[in-house]
Amino acid sequence: MTNKKIRVLIAKPGLDGHDRGAKVIARALRDAGMEVIYTGLRQTPDMIAEAALQEDVDVVGLSILSGAHNALVPAVIDKLTQIGLDDVKVFVGGIIPEDDIPNLEEKGVYAVYGPGTDTQRVAAEIKTAVNPKSE
Amino acid sequence: MIDAEAIRSGNRLALSRALTAVENNTPDSKRLQAALFPFTGNAHLVGVTGAPGSGKSTLVNQLAKAFRQSSSNEKPPKIAIIAVDPTSPYSGGALLGDRIRMQDLAGDKGIFIRSMASRGALGGLAHSTAAFATLLDGAGFDVILIETVGAGQAEVDIARLAHTVIVVEAPGMGDDIQAIKAGILEIADILVVNKADRPEAENTARALNIMLEMSHGGINGAGKHFMRSLAEKKVNTEPSDKKPGWETPIRLVTAIEGSGIDTLVDDIRRHKAYLVSSDLWKVKEAFRLEKDLEALIKDKLLDQWQENLDEEKYQDLLAEILQRKRSPIEVLDLLL
Repeated sequence: MTNKKIRVLIAKPGLDGHDRGAKVIARALRDAGMEVIYTGLRQTPDMIAEAALQEDVDVVGLSILSGAHNALVPAVIDKLTQIGLDDVKVFVGGIIPEDDIPNLEEKGVYAVYGPGTDTQRVAAEIKTAVNPKSE
Repeated sequence: MIDAEAIRSGNRLALSRALTAVENNTPDSKRLQAALFPFTGNAHLVGVTGAPGSGKSTLVNQLAKAFRQSSSNEKPPKIAIIAVDPTSPYSGGALLGDRIRMQDLAGDKGIFIRSMASRGALGGLAHSTAAFATLLDGAGFDVILIETVGAGQAEVDIARLAHTVIVVEAPGMGDDIQAIKAGILEIADILVVNKADRPEAENTARALNIMLEMSHGGINGAGKHFMRSLAEKKVNTEPSDKKPGWETPIRLVTAIEGSGIDTLVDDIRRHKAYLVSSDLWKVKEAFRLEKDLEALIKDKLLDQWQENLDEEKYQDLLAEILQRKRSPIEVLDLLL
């Protein structure tokens, strides 16, 4: 009997200290039946990638409100790829200008969520990203 | 396919994927556990348990750091951490937050941290925690720190799994009657009063000390009587009163500042030496492996029973129980 649970790492790279959004998402994904690992504030791309590896997560969610997403997101994705986690899906939440979204998507981010996003949508899209057949 | 050889040679990704395989009970799980088992039996399994918010994660973080730094002239021990947090009984999801307190450890390749959801198990650990310990032991970790779910009075599975159990108390958690109740305090090999910078810490330590004084002599630190009887029966050749017993130390620690940690690391090492020299290490191993086997047999029997179950008959009998026509104890005979 296999017993697969979706595992998600919620991480806050960079220097901003506002983690309310990250906590809201973490809680919502827990309520959607996922196992959510929250790592806390001020994570470097190295720390995030290593945590994703040790926890063997399916998805990494990056919460960024500092404006440094154009630097941080590609750095995290590069690190993940470098250590063999190119199959891990990445989404971004926070304050991200419209114009920056295509660039992030091109880097491999599957979704970008702004303030006020319905958390059930985030959960549903994670399930689709991890297991495209199941919907 | 995950390669057991890769895990042995230190490939962290292979190890991590193997842990998932075991946790999800995939087809790889059996093969990997079997391949690594011959290399196990070397790691020192140290359990850290205590009430929610007593500071277990912070303590584990400090212990891991101290272990890595303390033996400067030899190779520092490789440390694995298994941190268990509860699964929601409603959604089946879990929020695993123990890593928040372990950020100091990032970047040290001699440390591997894995969070685990309890997935419905009630004893303070998850169903696969013991199997995780086996894989990590086989992967060559020297010390495995196992942090339980925030535990109250009954979550004592850790006593069976770990060689050394640290029970963490925070000051002001209850009166001296709490301290003499059965359960979690009984399983302690080392008692820690964390947050010792708080004014009530001394009182808590005093209440714990009274509890220990009341427990039977010999191997101090209650709950060891069973182990002792085993030891006398199977391995021990000299009377137990001639063996140096283990006095459960009570340590005042302020984990967040790191004070009291070095003493605690010494205690953990001392406890291991005590277990080895008194043969209790072997007794504990034998007891644990036997219990693990029993648990596997129970799982397998349940699986087999469920596979062969006549679902219709089962539902009918269930309905009869609900209507008070038959008692569950009668139905048991009809179903097995």
